[in-house]
Amino acid sequence: MTHVPNPRPTGDFRTSYAGDRTLFATRFETNAVIAGVLFVLVSPFLFSDYILSQFIIIGIYGIAALGLNVLTGMTGQISLGHGAFFGFGAFASAWFSSRGIPVLLSMPMAGVLTMAVGMVFGIPAARLKGLYLAIATLASQYILEDFFARADWFTGGTSGSLAETANLFGFQFDSDGRYLYLVLFWVIVSFVGVANLARTRDGRALVAVRDHYLSAEIMGINLTHYRILSFGLASFFAGLAGALYGHYLGFVSAEGFTIILSIEFLAIIIIGGLGSVSGSLLGAAFILLLPQAMETFANALATLVPAISQGTAYIKQMSVGAAIILFLVLEPEGLVHRWRLMRANWKLFPFSH
Amino acid sequence: MADNGEILLRVDDVSLQFGGLKALSNVSFAVRKGGLFSLIGPNGAGKTSMLNCISGRYRPTSGNLTWNGEDILRHSVNDRAHLGIGRTFQNLALFGHMSVLDNILVGRHHKLRNNFLTGMLYWVGGARREELEQRRFVEDIIDFLEIQHVRHEPAGTLSYGLRKRVELARAMAIEPRLILLDEPMAGMNLEEKEDMARFIIALREEFEMTILMIEHDMGVVMDLSDQVAVLDFGKVIASGAPEAVLANEHVKKAYLGEADELLDELADTAERAIA
Ligand SMILES: Nc1ncnc2c1ncn2[C@@H]1O[C@H](COP(=O)(O)OP(=O)(O)OP(=O)(O)O)[C@@H](O)[C@H]1O
Ligand SMILES: [Mg+2]
Repeated sequence: MTHVPNPRPTGDFRTSYAGDRTLFATRFETNAVIAGVLFVLVSPFLFSDYILSQFIIIGIYGIAALGLNVLTGMTGQISLGHGAFFGFGAFASAWFSSRGIPVLLSMPMAGVLTMAVGMVFGIPAARLKGLYLAIATLASQYILEDFFARADWFTGGTSGSLAETANLFGFQFDSDGRYLYLVLFWVIVSFVGVANLARTRDGRALVAVRDHYLSAEIMGINLTHYRILSFGLASFFAGLAGALYGHYLGFVSAEGFTIILSIEFLAIIIIGGLGSVSGSLLGAAFILLLPQAMETFANALATLVPAISQGTAYIKQMSVGAAIILFLVLEPEGLVHRWRLMRANWKLFPFSH
Repeated sequence: MADNGEILLRVDDVSLQFGGLKALSNVSFAVRKGGLFSLIGPNGAGKTSMLNCISGRYRPTSGNLTWNGEDILRHSVNDRAHLGIGRTFQNLALFGHMSVLDNILVGRHHKLRNNFLTGMLYWVGGARREELEQRRFVEDIIDFLEIQHVRHEPAGTLSYGLRKRVELARAMAIEPRLILLDEPMAGMNLEEKEDMARFIIALREEFEMTILMIEHDMGVVMDLSDQVAVLDFGKVIASGAPEAVLANEHVKKAYLGEADELLDELADTAERAIA
């Protein structure tokens, strides 16, 4: 673990315990978050639908990754089944809304149902560690995939199911710009919720279980309870994000929710920063935008060297892989860590060394 | 110190077996309320194993542990903090990536009522108020142990001596009636040892905790404890007032035996070196 100097600028004194436990570490971070939210709020007036759709997917993946970060980053338990829980939430919300429940309500309900399912799978998993846990969660991935294929009544089987458009008192979330607001709402709720969790009793208990489970138990923490809870919380956010995804596409089918998606979520949190709340969103942006950046790069390369124009697809894939590997080697602690170091150096400038 | 005070913890005929190895054989002793009981003995004698049985890390193969007349073994490990048993570890066991403050706050776990839902809601439902109250409690411990300057540092980055202090702070946060200290002064320099001795005395006198301590430094044991038991190969070979115990022939042999082995070993190495 590299030591990051206390990020608080001089003069930013804390005069009360409440002031010492704010949601964001510094005034600068608070401002950055407010600016980010304002940016998203005005973006429907500035950007094309394509760009807005990217923001929407980043937000949705960010919420799912946040859930996985509670499980893997905070509690130290791996899961190879997160993508399947994401899918379960998508189907559940489509199913609820097809029974007449308003979409805006069926989304959090899907989260809660997915949470319940996650906790059931979490019961055996709470007794396992390391590779054994990885395999057990892999089993949950396959069991759920199998369920998607068989439970016609719930998922529409091989033909998939339709997910209605969300609406609020007649206001239809039927354009990218409007849907972005809905996603933004849930991003804020989820990220603030987890940031609050991290500074209260149960959040500390989860991290204690990760850092030293034997002494956590001696401190009065029920290990089984918290391991199952962390599966539950992870599944809640996976389910909620899946619901947002389903109603965005308007159609849910099982093909998208394979182990590849589960691994993608793992990649997001590793790149963003394990255990970091904001890292989940940064990681999602990185993973989703990197392939596009690399495509642009490959195309630009092809115009310079026409001989490789046949192979741009390969170049794109390989450079995505290479970028991820490079990233892991050079910045194993994630984007958030890099950001903090930059902040620290910048603040000490010109006396950083 | 009252000679026949109330018994807080009674260890009765406890044995602990690891496969063929008997780490503890029929160990019995009693810790008086408000007392400082020291457990001493050579390396590998089974001292840490004894603490582990009390705190719940190990389950005795046979025997009883009674706490205020109640059977401890019926309580799950995580329940024992709630019973009033706290401890520190011989090989530090802090939450390395958490700040010192959060480490100590974990000790308050069983006193806090907020859960994941009220925690996430923070401002509504009372979590904020409760957390700030606990913060005040924890700050008192931080002041007492003089670790204000590191409260926001990750515990894993601290020096050994400071980490030992944070461990003590975390155990104190449990507000235990009995605190188990496993070699609180091991690896410390003289100054750090003096500070630690001061803290341990205060634990008893100001915080009214009962202490069960493992310590190798005989000076410290003699100065601080009012009762001592000596373990050797998992058996209690002597117990009672510190002066009487240290004068005991068996105890001398146990410690001298260790010294003899050391001499033998040295002689062996010397012989091999010559050959
Ligand atoms: N989990 C375990 N599995 C197997 N053997 C163990 C285990 N824990 C302890 N032992 C053995 O039990 C014996 C007593 O160990 P213990 O750690 O209690 O000694 P100790 O008196 O605390 O020694 P030290 O002064 O070195 O800390 C040792 O022989 C040790 O190897
Ligand atoms: Mg020991």
